[in-house]
Parts: sequence; structure tokens; C-alpha cells
Amino acid sequence: MTGWLLAIIQTLLFVLAAPLMTGWVKWLKCRLQNRKGPAPWQPYRDLAKLFRKEVVLAETASPVFRVAPYVVFSVTALAGSVVPLLTVGLPTSAIADVIVLIGFFALARFFLALAGMDVGTAFGGMGSSREMTISSLAEPAMLLAVFTLAMTVASTNLSTMIAHLATEPLQLYPSFIFAALAMALVAVAETGRVPIDNPATHLELTMTHEAMILEYSSRHLALMEWAAMMKLFLYGVLLANLFIPWGVGLTFTPAAIGWGLLAISAKLFFLGIILAVTETSLAKMRLFRVPQYLSLAFILSLIGLLSHVILEQ
Amino acid sequence: MGGLIRRMPVTAVCFLVGCISISALPPFNGFVSEWLTFQAALQGTALQGGVLSSLIPLAAAVLALTGALAAACFVKVYGVAFLGQPRTRHARKARIPQPGILAPQIILASLCLVLGIVPTWMVGLLDRIARQLLGHGLPEATAHGWLWLTPVAPQQASYGAPLVLLGIGLACLLAYLFLHPRKQTPIRTSAAWDCGFGPLSPRMQYTSTAFSMPLRRIFRPVWSVSEGMEDTGTGRAYRLKIGDWAWLKIYLPLGALLLAAARRVTLIQGGNIRAYLAYSFFTLLFLLWVIV
Repeated sequence: MTGWLLAIIQTLLFVLAAPLMTGWVKWLKCRLQNRKGPAPWQPYRDLAKLFRKEVVLAETASPVFRVAPYVVFSVTALAGSVVPLLTVGLPTSAIADVIVLIGFFALARFFLALAGMDVGTAFGGMGSSREMTISSLAEPAMLLAVFTLAMTVASTNLSTMIAHLATEPLQLYPSFIFAALAMALVAVAETGRVPIDNPATHLELTMTHEAMILEYSSRHLALMEWAAMMKLFLYGVLLANLFIPWGVGLTFTPAAIGWGLLAISAKLFFLGIILAVTETSLAKMRLFRVPQYLSLAFILSLIGLLSHVILEQ
Repeated sequence: MGGLIRRMPVTAVCFLVGCISISALPPFNGFVSEWLTFQAALQGTALQGGVLSSLIPLAAAVLALTGALAAACFVKVYGVAFLGQPRTRHARKARIPQPGILAPQIILASLCLVLGIVPTWMVGLLDRIARQLLGHGLPEATAHGWLWLTPVAPQQASYGAPLVLLGIGLACLLAYLFLHPRKQTPIRTSAAWDCGFGPLSPRMQYTSTAFSMPLRRIFRPVWSVSEGMEDTGTGRAYRLKIGDWAWLKIYLPLGALLLAAARRVTLIQGGNIRAYLAYSFFTLLFLLWVIV
């Protein structure tokens, strides 16, 4: 029972804390670019504002357009309930393993792309087309990186994986370095950050995620934006807890959970800094250079897998 | 095509279910199969030999690529056929089909969902065949009740499809209840954003050729793609031709070789009856000489 209660609390924390990560990266980026920047809690204000606004729907929008935000939001939230944030061994982590997690991302993306196609404007179609192209190249790299981890710990259950890695004496796996690099590259591509897509842009011909949600307004837009924030947070938590697993609570005691909260906050704090610095120092890439970027991710994860097979078995 | 979801709502829902299933997305049946295939690929390390145990996960990555490309393809199909604005007169005048045509769609779509939600039932049925053929089944897979699919052991991997559906439904409901404003403000409809350049026409929508253009460009080294504009006399038309690599590089050269050989042989076929009689005469002589 404690487990289920903790799982609910963790999911709520996950949903509520996600905008803070986005706000933190945005604030930091502004600072690095010599601008003052909105406070890190600005995304909460934005969401609150959007929820109060009146919905303006395009005349050509079908029911898919109105259902999609709820599906995208709830599938992403469900994905969040599966990933260990503060502590491992929660009952929700048995519902879905890491492969199902990739499936959740794909399901949310499917509806996002459909919503982009729905109104029948060129922008929506363009965004959907690009999103599906990028993701179809990112998914194999992500899966191969995940496989490298899963083969090391002989499990695809995220809870088991993290618990195994956190309790084991410190050991250097060369394959993990490659897998972590590959997963970081995929995370940047999948969450639509610079150099793949610019979350701050409204330059019409370069956008991907923004193009798909261009016709959304009010609460629908808020749900879509929130889901995107949760996705960024989720990839951050995945990278942090899989590759730097120390600090995650291994039991359900308040002390362990407190440490877990502290550890994940510190990890995400530093991941945010890394993301902001890379985003500031890089320019957005041409769309047709993205395949090269993603094939680099794929090759890195392939090297990771091979080094696992050759060196670590 | 285009905009059929408004004219044919039931077909649209069934088609959507089919699209999600074939793109191997949870919680439908295609995903269960893909998930089990991935789990089997992860057991590849148990095999002897480094080549095999690294090739099997690689094959799984190719499966992931296929799945993701299938998703792109079916977003395109659904988006072009059912969403957006009707492009043709026929699409604008589409009618709801007869119940006899709707019923099979509904049955197949619900089967997709049922097989995705209770895969344990189907795995249990298939297990009998595996046991007959191999003498070895998967008793672990369905050992933890109908909620859980556990191919090897619960701590290794588990998938609770009914709980996934329940979770998505619950989260949708909560999002709707909590985030929907108490006072229902009426939803205002207005024209879509046209960049200030006047009304949008259905021809401005993304077509299926436009949708798959980035993928075509990426996979150009693999497929022979030729595209360009062509004068048709009355106007200009876009021309796209995608050649199959196997057809162009294997079958066509082989066929050309065969045809060239056949052409050489036709030299002796003059069509003159006297020449043919001479052939048979000399063949007979030759055979007599060989045998006698």
C-alpha cells in the first residue's frame, strides 16, 4: 500500500516539477546570453494563463484535434509514473519496462503528429513530417543504447536496472560511456532542443514541434506544452538515474526518499546547466544534417553494444 | 482524399485503431508482438559466440527502425486520408458505408484492442503449439495472472497491458476533470492561421509525397529516387519515380543477360523451312554417327 501511495506521490511530483526544469534551463540560457530572463517558475505562470484563456478552434479541426492533447498529456504522465524518480521498487515500475517506455513516447508522438496534420495547413503537415522523420531515426539509436544497459544488468525493468547499478560496487563499464553519449544525443533530438529544433523559435520554416502545435490555443496548448516539458524532464531523469544511479532511494524510509529527492534535484540542476551551455554554444542544424547527427548517436550506441559484447562478457 | 473523419466517423475510429496497432504502439496488439520480439532479442546473449550475440540486438534495432518508419507511414496515411480538408469532390461527398461493411471493421478493430489488452490469453494459446513443435513452452510468461506478461521472470521484464490502458484512461479523466474550467466557456471557432495571405485552400495541405520527402531524401542512397518537374503541354507536373534497388541491380542485369543470350540464339532461326529441314537432317546424321 505504501508503494502505491508513494507511486502516486512520485507521479504527481513528476508532473508538477517538470515545468521547473524547463524554466531553469530557459533562465540559465538567458543569463548566458547576457539577458535578464524570466524567473525559473515562469512556465507555471504561462500554463496558468493558458488554462484561463478561451479556446479558439480552427474551423477545419476534427475531434482528433481536441482529443490529442489529453492523450499526449496522459501518456507522457503515465510514462513519468514508470520511471523511478526518488526511489526504486515502486509497484508502477512493473507495469512497463524501458521498451514500453519508448513505446509510450512513440504513442504520444503519433497523436501529436496526427494533431499537426488535422487542421490541414502546410505548417502542421511540415511539423508532423519532420517529427516523424527525426524520431524514426532516433528510435533505433535509443533502443540500442537501452539494450546495452539491459544486457549488463540482465533486465529491462527500470527499477531493477537502477537498483542493480546503484548497489553494485563502482565499476567502469566502457559500454556505458558510449550508451550515455548516444542517449544524450537522442534526448536532445527527441525533446526538440538546439541543434535539432529550437524551442524558443517562431521562425516558421525552421520549427518542428512548434509547427505541429501552431493551431492550438488555451488549455489544449497548455496540455501540449506541459507534455513537452514533462518529456524533457523525463529524459533528464532517465539520463541522471540510469548513468549516475547513486542517491536513488532503495527503501521506502523517509530518509531514503529525502536523499533521493536531494540527489535527483542536484543531478537535474547540473544537467540543466550542461543543456543550457550546449544550447548557447551551438547553432541550429539544417534539417538534412540531422540524419548525420542521429547516425552518430546510432554508431555510438553500436560501439557501446559491441564493447559490451567484446569486453564485458 | 482528406477530411473523411467527418463524413465516416466509425470507419475513421476503426482505421485509427488499425494504424496504431500496425505501428506497434501500446496498448494494442502490434506492440505486444514487438515487445516480445525485443525481449527475445535480449536473450541473444545466452547464445554461444560474440558475432551472434551482437548481431541479434542489431537486428532488433533494425526492427525498431521499421516500427518507427511504419509509424511515420501510418501518420501519413491517416493524416492524408482522414484528417485535413477534402481534396477531391468524391471525398467531400463520402457517405457512411452500409452496416455490413462497418461490422467487419469494428470486429477487427476490437480484436486489435482485445489481443493487445489480454496478450496472456493469446500467448497461452500459442504456447501449446510451441510445446508441440519444440517440446518446450513458456510457462513463466503467463504464470502471474492475466494482468502480467512476464516472458522470463517478473524482475527481468514485465508488461501489464490492462494497467497501461487503465492508467491512460485514468490520467485522461483526471486531466479533463482538473484542468477543465468549472465554468464552461463556449469554444470559439475561427479560420486557421494563413500567415495573412488570404484563405487556405485544400491544395495547400501537405500531401503524402510532401510528407515523405525528408525520408525520401535521407534514403536516397538506398533507393533510386528521381524527381523533377515536367512540361505536360498544358502546364507543369511533378514527376516522382522510385526504383527498387534489387530490381535495378539484380533482376534487370540478369534479365538483360538472358535476353542478349536469347538474341544470339535467334541467329539460327531464319524462319526458312528448308533451313529447319537441313538442321534436322544434319542432327540425324550426327546422332547416327555418334550412336553407331
